[in-house]
Amino acid sequence: MIKRPFFSLGKSELKYPVVDTQEQDVIRVIPIPDRVTFFLEGPYEENKGLLLRPGGRIKTGQKLKIREDKPCYFISSVTGTIAGISEYKGYLGKPYTAISIDAVSEDQWDDKFKKDDPKPTLETSLEFLGCLPGDTGFIANLDTHSPLRAIIINGVDKDILVSTNQLIVQTETDNLKTGIEYLGAVTGADEIMIAVPPELASLAGETGADVKVIDLIYPNTVPEMMMKTVLGKTLPADKTWGEIGVGLINAEAVVALSHAFTKKQIPVSKLLTVINKDHTTVHVRARVGTCVKQILADLDIETNHGDQLVLGGPMTGHALYSEDLPILPETDAIMVQDRDNIVLTSDCHCINCGECVRACPARIPVNMLIRVLENGLYEEAANEYDLLSCIECGLCSFVCTARIPIFHYIMLGKYEFTRIETVEEPNA
Amino acid sequence: MPDQKLFVGSHAPYWHNGSSISEKSYHTMLAALPAVILGISQYGATALGVLALSVSCAMIWELIMNFAMKRPASIGDGNAAVIGLLFAMLMPATTPWWAVVVGTFVAVVIGKQIFGGIGCNPLNPTLVAIAILMLSWKHLLDFNDALVSYDFGFNMVYPLAAIKAFGASAVSEYSRAGLLLGQQTGGIGTTFGLGLIIGGLYLMLRGHIRWEISLSFLASIFVTALLFNLSDPDKYANPVFHLLTGYTLIGAFFLAPEDSSSPVNFVPMLLYGVFAGILTVLIRNIGAFVDGVVFAILMMNVANPLLDKIRPKAMGKGIKHA
Repeated sequence: MIKRPFFSLGKSELKYPVVDTQEQDVIRVIPIPDRVTFFLEGPYEENKGLLLRPGGRIKTGQKLKIREDKPCYFISSVTGTIAGISEYKGYLGKPYTAISIDAVSEDQWDDKFKKDDPKPTLETSLEFLGCLPGDTGFIANLDTHSPLRAIIINGVDKDILVSTNQLIVQTETDNLKTGIEYLGAVTGADEIMIAVPPELASLAGETGADVKVIDLIYPNTVPEMMMKTVLGKTLPADKTWGEIGVGLINAEAVVALSHAFTKKQIPVSKLLTVINKDHTTVHVRARVGTCVKQILADLDIETNHGDQLVLGGPMTGHALYSEDLPILPETDAIMVQDRDNIVLTSDCHCINCGECVRACPARIPVNMLIRVLENGLYEEAANEYDLLSCIECGLCSFVCTARIPIFHYIMLGKYEFTRIETVEEPNA
Repeated sequence: MPDQKLFVGSHAPYWHNGSSISEKSYHTMLAALPAVILGISQYGATALGVLALSVSCAMIWELIMNFAMKRPASIGDGNAAVIGLLFAMLMPATTPWWAVVVGTFVAVVIGKQIFGGIGCNPLNPTLVAIAILMLSWKHLLDFNDALVSYDFGFNMVYPLAAIKAFGASAVSEYSRAGLLLGQQTGGIGTTFGLGLIIGGLYLMLRGHIRWEISLSFLASIFVTALLFNLSDPDKYANPVFHLLTGYTLIGAFFLAPEDSSSPVNFVPMLLYGVFAGILTVLIRNIGAFVDGVVFAILMMNVANPLLDKIRPKAMGKGIKHA
């Protein structure tokens, strides 16, 4: 828990803790785990033309699809046999098919990608590089919208205490440079920019991209705010960035792209920031799909029943109920929070103090929004109280005097509103 | 698996800045202490009795309502205690016990709980109670009448009543330093101007009340009173006199910024303060009541939902229909 400042005349501001970069450069490599798990979007339907079966042999770097008619796939990060396929419900009840693989300690690389002699083209990228470590769906969605005019490479991390992408900019500048060239070839974008914190500006200049500096004050680093700083314009509440021709890709994914084309091997390990109970951080590199338990055990971080385990940072991460869940290609951080420091929410009414309104970077009337959301009036929330303008930074809950889980209400509201819209669409 | 380790699931964010309603309430009471202590030192045990009875009654009413409405006990958040404390501060030291019991009932039950408790009250609960008492038992809040048996060696005529009756000439009988240091009659906690200013500054700097409301209220009283004073210096008192007497200071720092009944956006907060200030001076100078703070703030409480509609465009909304 971070204390509010003693004097607070203006609005709340969250500065990033200054990290000692010398020590941060050390990256612990987690050995190949006994078992990895992957989540593939889409519900699991048993015995319906599944391409994968328990017992099937898998090689490292192999592209695996669960069903021929579905476009989504994953790249195995280990060599081994499929142990099981089951159903998994993610954030907001999103259905996934979970595939776990029992791994052997020796890697055998699949050579399908190499054999094709991959060239940096859109087709190859869509075919093989749709789930690169660090990518949050940028490459996989390249064909779903109009060509991109500008791409912003994210060299800062969205959440507080997380420094995964910053470390990439710091330690892999050369690979970033080649990655940017490949990215240009793949997307054909006119302009490639890189957003970095002030202290990395000169280093980022070496990559050849247009450097944009982002001050490390939360929520400047939330993608929407970053886009606003970099491009000087905001996104209409009902549009996506892709629709207006702007793309955002993490620096780590750009480096992964570079490795894929230069080494002719699809990268399978992910760089993570692990935030310990005392807020100290460690960087680790682990195979995608490694379960959190193994990473924590390797770092000698002890967890107890009733602690909190978060994939992502303290402001926007997702809590896990079990250590056996895996890290995903887009997981930038793991946070462990002691049970004594867990923030408990209350069912108190909004007291109208206005802290959230002052903290909100999207200028949403949160005090009114929470009132309509509490009463389930999702359409009113979206039409009159700017529900869809929310950029999901979590500051409203962070400053709430009454400790209402406002962010939770907002996400539920967005989910329910989308459901109402989908039901109404065919009747319109 | 009985020995399986489970983790606490909740939604982001996993940090909080540590603020809470009880912290806010206790800091408000702390800020009110200088004024309260001077009141007790002046009026002695009588004032202490009113204060103690008022705070405890307010909390008991809250607890009774919690039981009646089958809600979890909420007296721990300190809000009822703040209401009780502010109510006692506004009353004269000689307030009879039944008036305190009735007043806190009106404040906590009618002013707050029947609307749904903290955060749901459209009006400031303390002021609702004072307004009802003012209208129902006029003599209770006639400070000249109530404090007739006290003589502290300074002018014992309630300043606002004096200017109402004798015009601006009565002002010369009060020294500004005296008014600031509590040498005037009034409610238990409303006379010590300096103490209230210190408390108010503390609350503003700590962010528990909004400076926009308090300062615009005071500035507006000053300007409006100045205009009246310029138009007829014999009839209307000077602006500084208006700032240091009656409920002005406690109103600016403790009553007007009450969360639930005041706006949250910048421009509405300023408008709220400005209009409350104008109304205060209008009621004082040309209205029927001696002090206008109570009704001015209540009036602006009613206007609050409308005022708060003035707000900036949310991000991404401006471009939508362009």
